Amino acid sequence: MEIKKIGTAGTMESSDIMVTVMKNKEAGTSIQLTSSVEKQYGRKIQEVIRRTLEELGVEDALVTAVDKGALDCTIRARVKTAAHRACGDENYKWEAKAN
Amino acid sequence: MFVPGNNPGMIRDAYIYGSDCIMFDLEDSVSVDQKDSARFLVYEALRTIDYGDKELIVRVNAPDTKTGVDDLEAMVRTRKVAIRLPKTETAADVLGCEKQIERIERENGIPVGSTRMMAAIESAKGVLNAEKIALSSKRLIGIALGAEDYVTDLKTNRSPEGIELLFARSMILLAARSAGIDAIDTVYSDVNNEEGLRKEARLIKQLGFDGKSVINPRQIKPICEIYTPTEKEIEKSQAVMDAIEQAHKKGSGVIALNGKMIDKPIVERAQRVLDLAKAAGVLGEGEDQA
Amino acid sequence: MSRLELNEIPHLEEIGSIGDVFDAARIRKNYKTLAERQATDNKIVPSLEEAVRLSGLKDGMTISFHHHFRNGDHIVNMVLDKLAEMGFRDLTLAASSLTTVHEPLIRHIRDGVIRRIETSGLRGPLAEAVSRGLMEVPVVFRSHGGRAYAVESGKLKIDVAFLGAPSCDPYGNANGYSRDNDDGVRCGSMGYAKLDAQYADKVIILTDNIVPYPNAPFGIPESDVDYIVKVDQIGDPEGIMSGATRFTKNPKELLIAETAAKVIEASGRFEDGFSMQMGSGGASLATARFLREKMLKKKITASFALGGITGSIVDLYNEGLVKKILDVQSFDLKAAQSLKDNRFHQQISASYYASPGNKGTAVNQLDVVVLSALEIDVDFNVNVLTGSDGVIRGAVGGHQDTAFGASVSIVVAPLTRGRIQTVVDRVNTVVTPGRTVDVLVTDQGVAVNPIRRDLIERFRGTELPVCTIEELRDKAEHLVGKADPIPYLDRVVGIVTYRDGSVIDLIRQVKED
Repeated sequence: MEIKKIGTAGTMESSDIMVTVMKNKEAGTSIQLTSSVEKQYGRKIQEVIRRTLEELGVEDALVTAVDKGALDCTIRARVKTAAHRACGDENYKWEAKAN
Repeated sequence: MFVPGNNPGMIRDAYIYGSDCIMFDLEDSVSVDQKDSARFLVYEALRTIDYGDKELIVRVNAPDTKTGVDDLEAMVRTRKVAIRLPKTETAADVLGCEKQIERIERENGIPVGSTRMMAAIESAKGVLNAEKIALSSKRLIGIALGAEDYVTDLKTNRSPEGIELLFARSMILLAARSAGIDAIDTVYSDVNNEEGLRKEARLIKQLGFDGKSVINPRQIKPICEIYTPTEKEIEKSQAVMDAIEQAHKKGSGVIALNGKMIDKPIVERAQRVLDLAKAAGVLGEGEDQA
Repeated sequence: MSRLELNEIPHLEEIGSIGDVFDAARIRKNYKTLAERQATDNKIVPSLEEAVRLSGLKDGMTISFHHHFRNGDHIVNMVLDKLAEMGFRDLTLAASSLTTVHEPLIRHIRDGVIRRIETSGLRGPLAEAVSRGLMEVPVVFRSHGGRAYAVESGKLKIDVAFLGAPSCDPYGNANGYSRDNDDGVRCGSMGYAKLDAQYADKVIILTDNIVPYPNAPFGIPESDVDYIVKVDQIGDPEGIMSGATRFTKNPKELLIAETAAKVIEASGRFEDGFSMQMGSGGASLATARFLREKMLKKKITASFALGGITGSIVDLYNEGLVKKILDVQSFDLKAAQSLKDNRFHQQISASYYASPGNKGTAVNQLDVVVLSALEIDVDFNVNVLTGSDGVIRGAVGGHQDTAFGASVSIVVAPLTRGRIQTVVDRVNTVVTPGRTVDVLVTDQGVAVNPIRRDLIERFRGTELPVCTIEELRDKAEHLVGKADPIPYLDRVVGIVTYRDGSVIDLIRQVKED
C-alpha cells in the first residue's frame, strides 16, 4: 500500500494507543514512541508496529505513537487502521486461520 | 453482555464479569467514522485473547452495505463467533446475510454452515415476520428483541411495566420455540435501577425467555439470581426425576408422585429446572439427573 | 518552727530520693489570672526561627515530621526552607512519610541541608529523583510499626520534632481538629505525631489556631511540648482531607471487593466479635460495603475496626455493626468528625498501633486485614514501594505490621493494571515477606499461600474461584506479554527495613537512557 496522506487511529484512553502514520521524508520506516510502559515494553511495541506495517506492505512510514498500556492486539489493530486510512485503501485483507 | 467494538479497555476485560456470552458490537455503538477501527480491534482481539468458555457473538452492520460485508469478511474468518444480524425484518434479510457468510466460508476453506447466526428483531415488520425469520436458516441459534428501535417504530416509548412490548415478546418467544432456538430479551438501559431490572427479568423469565442482554457488568448478578432455581424448586424437580427412575426400575407404566400423575410435560419441566441449576452451579454433589 | 537538720535523718545516704532543706524564700507564687497567664506566660515563641534557636538544633541532627496533612502539608517545606535560610546542614529528615508536595526538598538535598532521609514512603518528583541517584546516603524505609519501634528503642533518635497541629492551646495541648471553633483545617487522629512528641528531645508545635487552655480532650499532651509557633497556614484543606471517600463504581474493583468479602466469610474469621482493618484503596473500601451486607444477614458485629479510618467504617459504627474504632490516621472528614464526637472512637499512637515492641500492639488483635499491592510474586512477597519500572512511588505504611498481626491477611489487586502485571515471578522490591501474606484476591481468581493449609481446606467446596498463584502469574503474563527486565545500576539508593529493623531488601538506582 502507498501512503498518500496522514492517517490516525486510536485514543489516549487507558489500554489504547494513538497511532499516526504519514509518509517519511527519509527512506525506511521511523517510529517515534511515547509509552507509559516505555522501559518494560518499549522495544516490543516498536517491534509490533514495524512488523504490522511490513505485513501490510507499507514502506517509508513515519509513525508517531502515544501508548497508554495497549496490548499487542490493540497495537496491531490501531496500526492497521491508521495505515489503511493513510493509504486511502479500503481493500482489507484478513487471515483465515486464527492464531 | 454488549461490548462496544471501539473500546480496547472493555474488550480485553469482557470475560471477567461472568456473563454467559460476550457480544462485540460493530453497529450502533460505533460511530460511522470508526467502523474500520472497531472492526480491526475486535478482529485482532478475537485472534489473541483467550475468552475461555464464553459464547462469542459479533453484531455486524447491515450486510447489504460495504461496511457490513467487510465486517463479515473479518469475523467469519476468525471462526470463533456467531453473527448477530441487526434490524432483521424478513426471512430474506437472513438469507441475504447467510449467502455472504457461505461465500466467505467457501472461499476460505471454512466448513460451510459452521458459522452460526442470531437475528435481532427491532421493528413492527420484523415482529410480524418472526416465525418466518426464525425458521429461515439452520444457522440460527436464537432470535432477540431490540426494544429501543421497536418502540420508536411503533410510535410509542418504553414504560416500566412494558405493556408496549408484550406482543413483540410473545411473538418472538413463540417463533423461537417453533424453530427450536433461543429467545433473548432486550437490554435494560437504566443501569442504576436494579429493582427495575429485576422486575423485568422476572417478567421475561415467566414468559419463557432463555436470557437477557446486558450493557453493564452490574446487571449480570441480578439476572443470574432470578434465573437460578431455588432450593425448593430443585428438591421438587429431583423428586420427580427420582419417581421416574423408580417407576422405570419397576417397569410400571403410569407414574405417580404425592397422589398426582406425572406425565411428560412435568418431567420435561423438572429436567429443565435441574439443567438450569447445574448451569448455575448450584446443583450439589450426589444430585443427578435420571 | 525549729530548724531542720538533714543529718538527723537515719540512713540518709540510702535515701537518694530527697533534696535539700526547704526554703520558703525560694517560692514565688504567680498572682496572675488564668487569662493573663495564658496570654503571656506560655510556650508560644514569636517565630519559627526563635523556636529553632531555643531547641538547640545543630548541624547533623535528626528532625521529624508527621504526615497527617498528606498532600496538603505545608509544614515540612516551610520548616526546611527556614532551616536552609538559617544555614543548617547535613540534617537527617525523619518524616513518618513524604508525598508529592515535598518536591522542594530536592533543592535542599542538593544544597546539603538534608543529608539523610528516613521515611515510610516517597512519591512524585522527589521519589523519582531519589531513584535516579539524588542522595549520597540511601534512604531508609520503615513501616509505621517499624518506625515506632526504632524511635522507642532509641535506634532512631529524634532531636527536634516539628509537628503541625490544627489546634493548640498556649501550653501545648494539641489536636487534629478544633473543639472551640470551626477555624483551621482538620486532620483527625494524630497518631504518628503522638509518638514523635513522646520521644523527641525537643518538640515544636506549629499551628494556625491557638485555642484557650485546656484543649482537652487532647491528642498530644502539653507535657510533651516545648515550644509553640503560630503560622499563617499549616496546610491546604483540599489536600488534607476529601469530604468523604467515595465508593467506587469501577466494575473490576467491585468484582474484586465482592470476592474478598466472600473470602472473609469463608475464612473462619467471620464470627460475632471479629476485628478488622480495611485499606484505603478503592477495592478495599468496597470490600467493607459487601461485608456489611453479610454482617446484616448473619447478625454479626465487629468488636473493633483499626486503621487508617474512613467514613465507611464510621458508617458501620453508626449502624451498630462495629463496636469500637481505633484510629491512628483519619482519612476523611467523616472520620475526623467521628473522632471528635464519639467516645468509642479512640486516637492511638503509632506505637500502640503497630510496634513489634508492644505485646498488646493493636495489629496483633486483628482477625482480618485487607491490603493492596503494586506487585506480588509467586512466593507471596508483596511490593508496595516501587513500580514495575523500578522507580520509587509508594509507601510501606502499615503493610508489614498488619500482614503479620492479622489472623488472615488478604491482598486485593487487579491481575493487571493497564499493561503492568500485578502477579509476577519475582517482585522488584520485597517489602512484605510472603510468609505473612495469606490470600491474594484478583478479578480473575483467588490464590492461597500454600503454608495456609487451614485456609485451603476451608475454601474447598465453596464457590470461590481458587487457583494457584503460578496460574495467575501465567494468565497475567500471557495477556500483557513478557516485560523486558529493568536495567539498574549497582548503587544502592534505598534500604527497605522489616518492622524489627532488619534489612529485607535494597533499592538500586535506575539506569537512565
